[in-house]
Amino acid sequence: MLDIRHIVKQYASHRALDDVSIFIPSGKIFGLLGPNGAGKTSLIRIINQITAPDSGEILFDGQPLNQDHINRIGYLPEERGLYKKMQIGEQMIYLAQLKGLSKQDAKQRIKFWFEKLQMETWWDKKVEDLSKGMQQKVQFVATVIHDPELIILDEPFSGFDPVNAEIIQNEILELNQKGATIIYSTHRMESVEELCDNIALINKSKKILDGPVKDIKKQYQTNTFTIDYTAFDGQEPAFNFPDLFEIVENKPGEDAKVKIKLHDGASLNNVLLALIPQIHIQQIIETIPSMHDIFIHQVTSINYLTTSPSYE
Amino acid sequence: MNKILLIIQREYLSRVKKKSFLLITFIFPILFIGGYAAVIYFSIKSKEDKHAFVRVIDEQGSVANQLENNKNLTFVTTNESLQQEIAALPKNEDKGNTNLLYIPKDFYESRKIEFLSAGKPNISIQGKVSDQLSDIIKTNAYKSMGINADSIKSVNSDVIIASKEVLATGEEKDGQTGIAMGIAFVLCIIIYFAVFLYGVQVMRGVIEEKTSRIIEVIISSVKPFQLMMGKIVGIGMVGITQFLLWIILSTGLLTVATTFLINKEDVAAQMTQNSPIQDVEKVSQSSGFDFNTALESINFPEIITCFLIFFIGGYLLYSALFAAVGSAVDSETEANQFTMPITLPLLITYALSFAVLTDDPNGTLATWLSFIPFTSPIAMIVRIPFGVPLWEIITSAVILFATFIFVAWVAARIYRVGILMYGKKASFKEMIKWFNYKA
Repeated sequence: MLDIRHIVKQYASHRALDDVSIFIPSGKIFGLLGPNGAGKTSLIRIINQITAPDSGEILFDGQPLNQDHINRIGYLPEERGLYKKMQIGEQMIYLAQLKGLSKQDAKQRIKFWFEKLQMETWWDKKVEDLSKGMQQKVQFVATVIHDPELIILDEPFSGFDPVNAEIIQNEILELNQKGATIIYSTHRMESVEELCDNIALINKSKKILDGPVKDIKKQYQTNTFTIDYTAFDGQEPAFNFPDLFEIVENKPGEDAKVKIKLHDGASLNNVLLALIPQIHIQQIIETIPSMHDIFIHQVTSINYLTTSPSYE
Repeated sequence: MNKILLIIQREYLSRVKKKSFLLITFIFPILFIGGYAAVIYFSIKSKEDKHAFVRVIDEQGSVANQLENNKNLTFVTTNESLQQEIAALPKNEDKGNTNLLYIPKDFYESRKIEFLSAGKPNISIQGKVSDQLSDIIKTNAYKSMGINADSIKSVNSDVIIASKEVLATGEEKDGQTGIAMGIAFVLCIIIYFAVFLYGVQVMRGVIEEKTSRIIEVIISSVKPFQLMMGKIVGIGMVGITQFLLWIILSTGLLTVATTFLINKEDVAAQMTQNSPIQDVEKVSQSSGFDFNTALESINFPEIITCFLIFFIGGYLLYSALFAAVGSAVDSETEANQFTMPITLPLLITYALSFAVLTDDPNGTLATWLSFIPFTSPIAMIVRIPFGVPLWEIITSAVILFATFIFVAWVAARIYRVGILMYGKKASFKEMIKWFNYKA
């Protein structure tokens, strides 16, 4: 869908994006991650053609990005708002028309969405009469009203209560299933694993990590497993299989747990065969670092490397 | 292109549909014309209706019989003593306005009288009495010098100037400096305030979009330049709509007011003199003729066309600057530090127009100012009623619109960066930096 190639964006003395290349596959939910000020918004603005890069290019379905693509993108910015004194319905029609819809189409689709999200009664209301959460809902509808192929959501869940966040999340998933590619930019990791197929991690203006979530996690997996068990008749298990695994941590007693790290080449099946005579296995879980852990690990280690030697 | 039309439409309709727009559009001419008509109506009516009795105690002896009764004044000579008359004065109030005129023995030498009124003394009655008395003094003086007073009175010393301007072609043209000056003043005030009023509206619109954070949503659909121009054009059209409505409403109301309330000559007189205390009849006789021919000599289509061209040009130029300022700040109070230096050329020209420019509309200063684009909207419009060669008007207008295109380009480069900057203290230096960012 999007092929971002060697983007550089310079603001006076500050380099917002430094040679960033990312490939965003079609039909996926793509997580654009990074701490505040990393350059996510700068990149998103370049994709939306709000600003232009100093060098590098972006291909949209193989074509260099141009004005025709604007109507195929739906963008929910982090800094968002609506005209306070304008009626919701009128405002939605205006925003939809700016995205190239005819007035007739706009009306029809707004009605469809308002019904879907139970907002029918809001048509004649003014924005200032709506709660913050209601405004966010309106804003979300405005983003997707023209059925865009690419939807860019910058911190879409901020300002939503859990119930509405759930509703919006389901809408996002449904849009994705219908074929829309979604770029989900956030610094909150909780929802990333649940939603994203692929991610890119940006820190300090540079891309430091990207790829499918599954692969990244595999990259960070350490072959460590946690086994919950009960011992036979109060006998403490020995766990002495030095050619298969080493014990990271052992916690015998009531809720006994053992954390083991498999040696390279050892298979989990063999480990289980070896353990079955010693203990009742209740549960075995691979200890995989969460995206959150990877994020923290990557960001802090990079920060440490880049900031420690010099003081700006 | 379609999108810019949508923006113009929204900017236009959202303002025209506002209650405050309708209120100002309809109330303003009613108040203005209505107030004006009321002043004329009452000042004339008060002169016609005002009637006063003046009781005269003439110690001198020869004055009282020279006082003439007219529709405003009725003189009654009395032989009662001053004290008695003063005591009786308040009692006569119900018969109408009653006054007491006491003429002392040495009236011709001291030229002093006493004028007593029941209640507040009326200035216009006093003026009329005083006019008659000074005529009596003059007549008396002429008599003592042996001059025939009647022959002196027949001399009319009012001078009527028919000023003509000789053109290069040798043609003569009626030059009506007074009227031209009046029109120049009015146009200058209108253009100054209109450019300001609507320019500030553009700035407010930009700040509103910035503070409500809708700006990024919009510019993900349209280019910042389209949004800026759409706003400028939309608000400019609101301005023109308002002007046209004002002209139509004012003309309509004026016609109604003049046909129903007063006859035309009085209005004409009132417009030139604008002083209700003046004797209306006298003024209309001496200047009414001049006024009508003067009005005919003014080329109104030319003035209105030029006014619209220079208003539009000036508005576009300044509103582009206002848009850039609006984009750079987070609030209106913060904007003040920028609007002041930007509008300074306009303010100076405005101030100059009242003295220097109207005094010497074809002088070096006026000519230069009418070519400099930041001052020409006012300077040229001030000169036009006095007559300006067509080539000068065209050149000035071309310079103005060319400058607008350049300024709009510069403003757009600042605007596109400024609208996305929050919480950053803007300065002119900062704006230059933004200007240099790659779009």
